[in-house]
Amino acid sequence: MADTIEAPTARRIPAPAVNVESKPFWDAAEQGKFLIKRCKACGQAHWYPRALCPHCFSSDTVWEESPGEGVIYTYSVMHRNTPVPYAIAYVNLDEGPAVLTNIIDYDAATLKIGQRVKVKWTPTEGGPPVFTFAPV
Amino acid sequence: MSIKGKAYIAGVYEHPLRDAPNISTAQIHAECAKGALEDAGLTKDDIDGYFCAGDAPGFGAMSMADYMGLKLRHMDSTETGGSSYILHVGHAAQAIAEGKCSVALITLAGRPRQARMGGGGGRGGPPGGASDVPEAGFENIWGGSTHNTYGMCAMRHMHDYGTTAEQLAWIKVAASHHAQWNEHAFLRDVVTVEDVLASPMIADPLHRLDCCVVTDGGGAVIVTTPEIAKSLKRPLVKVIGAGEAPKGPRGGLNLDLTYSGAVWSGPIAFEEAGVTPQDIKYASIYDSFTITVLMQLEDLGFCKKGEGGKFVADGNLISGIGKLPFNTDGGGLCNNHPTNRGGITKVIEAVRQARGEAHPKVQVPDPSLVLAHGTGGSLGTRHGAATLIMERE
Repeated sequence: MADTIEAPTARRIPAPAVNVESKPFWDAAEQGKFLIKRCKACGQAHWYPRALCPHCFSSDTVWEESPGEGVIYTYSVMHRNTPVPYAIAYVNLDEGPAVLTNIIDYDAATLKIGQRVKVKWTPTEGGPPVFTFAPV
Repeated sequence: MSIKGKAYIAGVYEHPLRDAPNISTAQIHAECAKGALEDAGLTKDDIDGYFCAGDAPGFGAMSMADYMGLKLRHMDSTETGGSSYILHVGHAAQAIAEGKCSVALITLAGRPRQARMGGGGGRGGPPGGASDVPEAGFENIWGGSTHNTYGMCAMRHMHDYGTTAEQLAWIKVAASHHAQWNEHAFLRDVVTVEDVLASPMIADPLHRLDCCVVTDGGGAVIVTTPEIAKSLKRPLVKVIGAGEAPKGPRGGLNLDLTYSGAVWSGPIAFEEAGVTPQDIKYASIYDSFTITVLMQLEDLGFCKKGEGGKFVADGNLISGIGKLPFNTDGGGLCNNHPTNRGGITKVIEAVRQARGEAHPKVQVPDPSLVLAHGTGGSLGTRHGAATLIMERE
């Protein structure tokens, strides 16, 4: 694998499917704010955001702004059927939940599990920006 | 076995909304579930069986089970249109009567009035827009495929347990040794560990030869009563145990991609069959990728967690050489993977082995107990595990 900095944003990201339940997240994304959901009944955060807590099933869930920081739990760089290799990954947020994402602006030679990353918004084709993560 | 008197309706709930522009279809499913639980005086954690039909957004029962955070040992997404949910009560009663689950949840929800917003599903059919699938907006944007989501599992397994690319390659090598005897196999050439490692990288750390083939084709299975089976002129292969379970991130806490739903489906099947992994003489193990096989072997208890790499190395899966002959038709890695669904061919080769009708070069000497296990969906996101144990009578 080349040890140069790749440009995964060359992979065009489609507009995310937005529905009434997820709309507040994507409205905040337009403002550059990364929101997660937390349950007021059991106190735990979860991802992806839901109206009912997937841990305790309470409907008392609230949006919370997150700094969007965490560590790479795992990743895989895709080489097949793509003009530019790109890294899909799970990031364990500091708040707890794991988030499926793409890592951008990474150096293929140093990309690794445990690496600290922070959310960095990437434009999409005709939709709100999406929560890619970049090494810090 | 009759269902008569074996199952009761404990809770019901009808959603009050008739026009629901402001909540999602998944949320309506969950609110109905919550309402029925409250009516019954039960909690979410009591549910171990889930039934839904085509109105449930996503992939079978998996998206909604994950959305609601359900931990299940029985699921059924039989689709017969508007009658589905009546049929589901009958299926749930069967499952309860047989001890497959003790609290079954059935849900229905949809928003046909919102169809113009892409959020509904009109005319009684399945929902239309991708936006109905609860995880879609957050996940379907990342270029995820089977290759790179399974690649993430392999990457973490290597990190946690020191599993190597060479060990994974042994799984392909074993499959190729079997496929050479199958005249119908898509790939019949015997390959080496070096061949696998030299093949192009597809999604780190999986090489092209770590991946299954893409083929057309199909299969069928007939299951019948003992009386009919004994009246036929074929070897008797009896179903003695079955287990099933979905696995997903369920809210993302303590994500662990190094194990599969087989950790739940396997013990259910082994307990029902009254046998242990060490009793199994032949195993059909779903092989979408080499890592799929390795994780499932560990999770089913054929070796300890984390020791799958050592277990599969040096030909241990090759019939006539190793301790656990697997996928003697060449499996998905070499033989076929019809319409990207390998479950039925896993059952078929296990039955051939149990009957003593596998190719003589790969037939195991004592096929009294055989197993077929599969993973559907993605190990890296959400999947359904199924284990089946059969006995030659």
